Amino acid sequence: MLFDDPVFASRLLTLLTLSFHIIYATIGVGVPIFIMIAHWMGIKKNDYHYILMAKRWARGFLVTVAVGVVTGTIIGLQLSLLWPNFMELAGNIIALPLFMEVFAFFFEAIFLGIYSYTWGRFAPRKHFLLLIPVVIGAGFSAVFITIVNAFMNAPQGFDLINGQLVNANPLLAMFTAAMPTKVSHVLATAYMTAAFMLAAIAAYKLIKGSNHVYHKKALHMTMKVGLVFAIATAVIGDFSGKYLAEYQPEKLAAAEWHFETEGSAPLVLYGLLDEDKEVKYAIKVPFALSILAHGNPTAEVIGLDQFPEEETPPLIIHYFFDAMVTIGMFMILLALIYWLGTRLSWTFVKTNWFRWLIVLGGPLSFLAIQAGWWMTEVGRQPWILRGIMTVDEAATSSDHVGLMFILFATLYLILGVGTVVVLRRIFKNNPVDLELERYEAKLGGEEK
Amino acid sequence: MSLEIIGVSVLWTFLFGYVILGSIDFGAGFFNAYSIISGKQHIVSKIIQRYLSPVWEVTNVFFVFFFVGIVGFFPKTAFYFGTILLVPGSLAIILMAIRGSYYAFETYGTRGHKGYAFMYGIAGLLVPASLSVVLAITEGGFVSIVDGQPVLDYWALFTSPLSWSIVVLAIAAVLYISAVFLTWYAHKAGDIGATKLMRKYALVWAIPLIVAAGGIIFELSSHNPAHFERILDLWWMFALSAILWAATVWLLWKQKNYGMAVWLLVGQFALAFYAYGISHYPYLLYPHLTIQDGFTNEAMAISLIVVFILGFILLVPSIYLLVRLFLFDKDYVKGQNKKKE
Repeated sequence: MLFDDPVFASRLLTLLTLSFHIIYATIGVGVPIFIMIAHWMGIKKNDYHYILMAKRWARGFLVTVAVGVVTGTIIGLQLSLLWPNFMELAGNIIALPLFMEVFAFFFEAIFLGIYSYTWGRFAPRKHFLLLIPVVIGAGFSAVFITIVNAFMNAPQGFDLINGQLVNANPLLAMFTAAMPTKVSHVLATAYMTAAFMLAAIAAYKLIKGSNHVYHKKALHMTMKVGLVFAIATAVIGDFSGKYLAEYQPEKLAAAEWHFETEGSAPLVLYGLLDEDKEVKYAIKVPFALSILAHGNPTAEVIGLDQFPEEETPPLIIHYFFDAMVTIGMFMILLALIYWLGTRLSWTFVKTNWFRWLIVLGGPLSFLAIQAGWWMTEVGRQPWILRGIMTVDEAATSSDHVGLMFILFATLYLILGVGTVVVLRRIFKNNPVDLELERYEAKLGGEEK
Repeated sequence: MSLEIIGVSVLWTFLFGYVILGSIDFGAGFFNAYSIISGKQHIVSKIIQRYLSPVWEVTNVFFVFFFVGIVGFFPKTAFYFGTILLVPGSLAIILMAIRGSYYAFETYGTRGHKGYAFMYGIAGLLVPASLSVVLAITEGGFVSIVDGQPVLDYWALFTSPLSWSIVVLAIAAVLYISAVFLTWYAHKAGDIGATKLMRKYALVWAIPLIVAAGGIIFELSSHNPAHFERILDLWWMFALSAILWAATVWLLWKQKNYGMAVWLLVGQFALAFYAYGISHYPYLLYPHLTIQDGFTNEAMAISLIVVFILGFILLVPSIYLLVRLFLFDKDYVKGQNKKKE
C-alpha cells in the first residue's frame, strides 16, 4: 500500500497536520491585531459598535485559538514522532526558537484568557491594555516558528564533522539568510488573511440582508487594513524572490519551470509541461523573472540545469506558486477598488456581486496561505535540512505511520466540522442586533 | 551544579507543574462526567466552567514546555523516544485533542452534549494512563536496539505488572489531586453540596494512591534493582512525602483548613516526584541513555537556560495575575461578576 513506506507516510501526515494547523495558526496570529484595532477605535470614537466588534471577534477567536492549541501541540510532538533523526540533529542547534515560541504562546494564552473572561471587570481602557501582550505574543510565536523553518531552508551556525554537529552557535542559527523575508512574509500574510476573512464575514452579513451599520464599519475597517498588508505582502514577496535566487536557486527555478540558466529570463505563469519538459500554453512575461530574482531585467537566473536530478524539487510547485501570486494580486486589486470606490462614491462597491467577491476573498486568502506553504515545503525536497539531511534520512523507522494518518485525518475532520458548527451556533444565537438592543436597554435602564 | 543537572531540573519542574495542574484538569473532567451519569451535574460542572475554562491552555503549555524543552536539552531523546513512542504518543495526543476540543466547543459555545462530556471525562483518565506508560518504558527492559533503531516490545510492556502499577498510580493521583483541590475550591465558592461530594471523593482515592505508590517501589526491586537501591537511599524524602499525605487526609477527615490541605498535597507530590527523579539519575532511558550522553552542546544549553530565566521573569507576574483573577478573587469564584462598565 501507499502507506508502507514510513518516509512517504510521514510526509503525508506532516502535510496533513500542517495544512490543517496553518488555518488556525493564521487566524491565531492575524486576528488579535483586529480585535485590538476595533477595541481602540471603540474607545477613541466612543462608539459601542467597535467595542462590540472586538467582543464578538474575541469570542470567535477563543474557539479557533483553542483548536489551534490542540493542533499546535500535535505538530510539536509529531515533529519528534515522525522525524526523530531530524529532531535529534536540529535539537542541538535550533531548539532555542522552539523553546522561545512556547514562551511567546504562553504569554498570549494567559492574557487572552484574562481578556476574554474579564469583560465588565475592568474599565475599558485598562481592559484594552490586556490586548497588547496578546498581539505581541501571537506575533512572536509566528516569528520564532518561522525562524525554525527558515533554518531548515538555509541552515547555518554549526559545523558538521564526521556526522557530528560541532561549534554550535544557536543565535547564528536563528538569524539565517532566509529569516528576514520569511518572517515578514508570514506575519504580513497572516494579518492580510485575517483582515479578508473578517471582511468576508461582514460582506456576507450585508448580502444576507442585514443592513446594519455595524457590518459596514467592520467591512470598511478590515478592507482598508487588509489592503495595506496585501501590498506589504507583495513587496516582501518580491524580496523573497531575490532571497531564493541568491540562496535557494533550485526552489525558484522549479517554481518557475526555469530549466536553462539564462539572462533576461521571462516569468512563466500557468501552463502545462509535456513529457519533454516543454512548457505549453503558459503566459510568459518577458524579463519578469530576472527582475524578480535580481531586480535587473537582463540578469542571469540560475536554472535547473545546474542541479543533479535527485536534488531537483518537484515541478508541481509551479502551480502552488502561481496560485499564491494570483490570489495575492487579486486581493490587492479587490481591496484597492473597494477603497477607491468608497472614497469616490462608486456605487458598484455596494452591490451584492462586488460583496460576493469580497466573500470569496476570505477562503481564497486561506488558499494562498496553503499554496505558499506547500510551495516552500515541497520546494525544499528532497531536503529536510537543505544540503545536510534528506527527508529519507530524517523519517521514523516505525511501520505504523499509515494507521496514525487515518486516525489523525479523522480527528481533524471532527475538529474542522466542530469549529464551523460551534462558531455558527455562537453567532446565530447572539446576532449583532440583539446584542446592541440589550446594550441600549441596559444604558436606558442606567440613565433612569 | 553542572549544566545537564540544571537542564533536567528545569524540565522536571515543568513536568511537575503539568502533573499538578493537569491532574486537577483531568480529574475534574472525570468527576463532571461521573456526576452527569449520577445526576449531580449542577454541583461540579459550574466549578469546572469557572475555574478550568480560563486556565486549561496554560495547563497544556506546561506539557508543551516539557517536550519542547527535552528535545532542546537532550536531543537524543528525540531519536530514542520519538521512534518508540509513535503509537502511544499519537494516541495520547489524540486523546488530549478530544479534551482540548471539549473546552473549545462546549464551554465557549452553547452548552452540552452528554456524550461529549462523557468522552471528555474518559479521556481525562486515559491521557494520564497513556502518558505514564512512558515512565514505565524509561525503567528499561521494554526497548531493544535492532539495526541501530530502538524498538518497543509492546507485549512485554502490556504484561508487565510495573507498567500497570504506574498506570494505576497515575489515575489514582489524578483523581486524588483533583478532588482535594476541588474540595477547597468548592468550599471557597461557598458550595456546601459540592464541598461534601469532593471531600468524599478525595478520601476515597487517598487509599489506592498510597497503595499503588508502594506497589511501584516493590515492583522496581525486581524490575530495576539499581533504581530500587537509589530509591532506598532517598528513603527520607519518600517518608516525608508519606507524612504529608497523612496530614492532608487528616485535615480532610476533620473537615478543616482545606487550603492548607491543598498545599500539603502539593508538598507531598513534590517530594515524591523529585525523589523519584533524583533516584532515576543518571538515566533517561535505562540502560541506553544517560543525561550525560544525551546532553546538548554547551552553547545551546546556556542559551536555553538564559531564555528560560528571561521567560520566567515574564511569566511569573502573568501567571500571578491569572491566578489572582480566577482562583483567588472571591467574587469571581462565587460566580458574582463585579460590574464596572
